[in-house]
Amino acid sequence: MNVHEYQAKALLRDYGVAVPHGRLATTPAEAEDAARSLAAPVVVVKAQVHAGGRGKAGGIKLAKSAGEAKTLASEILGMNLRSHQTGPEGKIVRKVYVEAGCDIARELYLGIVLDRAAERLAVIASTEGGMEIEEVAARSPERILTVHIDPGLGLQPWQVRRVGFGLGLDAEQVGRLQDFLAGLYRLFVEKDASLAEINPLVVTGDGELLALDAKLNFDDNALYRHPDVRELRDPEEEDPREREAKEIDLAYVGLDGDIGCMVNGAGLAMATLDMIQVCGGSPANFLDAGGGADKEKVAQAFKLILRDQNVKAILVNIFGGIVRCDLIAEGVVAAAEELGVEVPLVVRLQGTNAAEGREILAASGLDITPAETLGEAGQKAVAAARGREAGEA
Amino acid sequence: MAILCDRNTRLLVQGLGRMGRFHAGLSTEYGTQVVGGVHPGKGGQVIDGIRVFDTVHEAVEETGANATVIFVPPPGAADAVLEAAGAGLELAVCITEGIPALDMLRAKAALAGSSLRLVGPNCPGLVTPEQCRIGIMPARITRPGPVGVVSRSGTLTYEAVDQLSRLGIGQSTCVGIGGDPVIGTSFVDALALFEADPETEAVVMIGEIGGSAEETAARFVQEHMTKPVAAFIAGQNAPPGKRMGHAGAIIAGGQGKASDKIAALEAAGVAVARSPAEMGETLAKLR
Repeated sequence: MNVHEYQAKALLRDYGVAVPHGRLATTPAEAEDAARSLAAPVVVVKAQVHAGGRGKAGGIKLAKSAGEAKTLASEILGMNLRSHQTGPEGKIVRKVYVEAGCDIARELYLGIVLDRAAERLAVIASTEGGMEIEEVAARSPERILTVHIDPGLGLQPWQVRRVGFGLGLDAEQVGRLQDFLAGLYRLFVEKDASLAEINPLVVTGDGELLALDAKLNFDDNALYRHPDVRELRDPEEEDPREREAKEIDLAYVGLDGDIGCMVNGAGLAMATLDMIQVCGGSPANFLDAGGGADKEKVAQAFKLILRDQNVKAILVNIFGGIVRCDLIAEGVVAAAEELGVEVPLVVRLQGTNAAEGREILAASGLDITPAETLGEAGQKAVAAARGREAGEA
Repeated sequence: MAILCDRNTRLLVQGLGRMGRFHAGLSTEYGTQVVGGVHPGKGGQVIDGIRVFDTVHEAVEETGANATVIFVPPPGAADAVLEAAGAGLELAVCITEGIPALDMLRAKAALAGSSLRLVGPNCPGLVTPEQCRIGIMPARITRPGPVGVVSRSGTLTYEAVDQLSRLGIGQSTCVGIGGDPVIGTSFVDALALFEADPETEAVVMIGEIGGSAEETAARFVQEHMTKPVAAFIAGQNAPPGKRMGHAGAIIAGGQGKASDKIAALEAAGVAVARSPAEMGETLAKLR
């Protein structure tokens, strides 16, 4: 789960990590108020959306007066911000964060991630602040410093010294980094974060350390024990279909093709998308109905798939291990009848009670194309979507 | 011979909820020796013919169990793994999906000093055909034979096993290692076991996007495997930054792309099926 910059900074402040003073605003008047209360010579008006690249996209602007902050906020609020991370459709800005400007001497990068290969949390630091770390890793990997943390011991002072002196900080600044990084690590572990990025970490003209930007992601699997973090969710930032899927406990990812997919199991669902592409088609979505798929789940999944106007055919691919194919078939028939599915339906049932399932489909009188193997299912689904396309033309 | 489990495995079931009970029953039906259950507070009861204990220690002492399958819900699952290790078991297979990543990180680090091998979490378990079933796999689709199967997925494993069985190719052991970012047994661990198993002649490995376990496995195959390996990588067209069902199936920071994994595996001499319909045939051509 992602949170906004202003939410991340509030959490950082709670953990003693130095961040600039700032206030949230949802109207130009509030932005003006915020700028006035900060009483800083320069304030920064920052669009709050769940995406990076905001500066280049025109979502971050400097203001020298409260009046100017108001004007800038009126431009940024409501804008459709398009960056390389938002996709071409962009994101509507609904909130701005007004923050006191600071005197920047150096811009550094500091992050904590779960290093899956090392099976450790890793502190990642770089002198190339303000750039994307992936870019630095590709261009100048020697400028990246990585320190792995033993989960039993936690972050050790020597590790902070290694990072701090490695970044070229002086002894006093390294002392400040001890509190800064210890707070960041404690926040990461106590709140079950999955990513923390301070980019840039700024060294001010006075030698202070400040988190100028902050990105926090949290482990969805641990949200059950962090009601405070769960409350930070901003549904406006999520794809509406993905949000709806989450509410009914389906894993769904919207894609830009025209073949809707319903599959049981994440691996088989990914493989089904691959199968469609091997056959020359293009999937409209990833949908894992889960190991416990039943009649009701099938109906909900169909509703979700059909909401996508691009869908020209639907492929149902079920490998019944524990799930019984006859029950799935009943669900498909019920959903198709209830929803009046008008696009061609290709159904592949394999595994437990597959033969009974196919009989139910055949006896339903519905126009359902059965498929035996995965390859056949892919071919028939692609042909069905193409036929639909030709019919429209 | 097979790997990890066979007809001599003496299995405990930790967590006798609806799912634990259902699958314990299927495993018993398949011929697996399910010797006891562990469910704190239910010690002394007999549930579906299974003697239940409050702690794993007690269950091991009383039954001589050497393996356990864990169905404990996410908040207590990592603790259940550590309890199994503390009781001296050799094998724990954790089926639970949705365990916080940091819980597994700590548990995995703590296992380093124990004799326990963990498989999973978030995995379908193991089947050694006609001998032993641990977890939730549909054992019916397997048949005994010389091919080892190792996979990060559940239903896609069944698909691969089914393709093999239809071609008349049986399996030595089918291992689901799980779809989470931190797991007990890696591809490399499973490949090493198959390499050492005299009854395994070839291996099918099914990976997916996310992480770099397939790349590490490719290096292992190149340097240490004499047996042929066929592979498939799911998610060849998955968009970056999106979690594709499994917690670990996400392309992040430019890492974990299927194309990189396929390239690494092919460079190591692994035959990679481009179509998921050809997993079985790709293996068949190697033999």
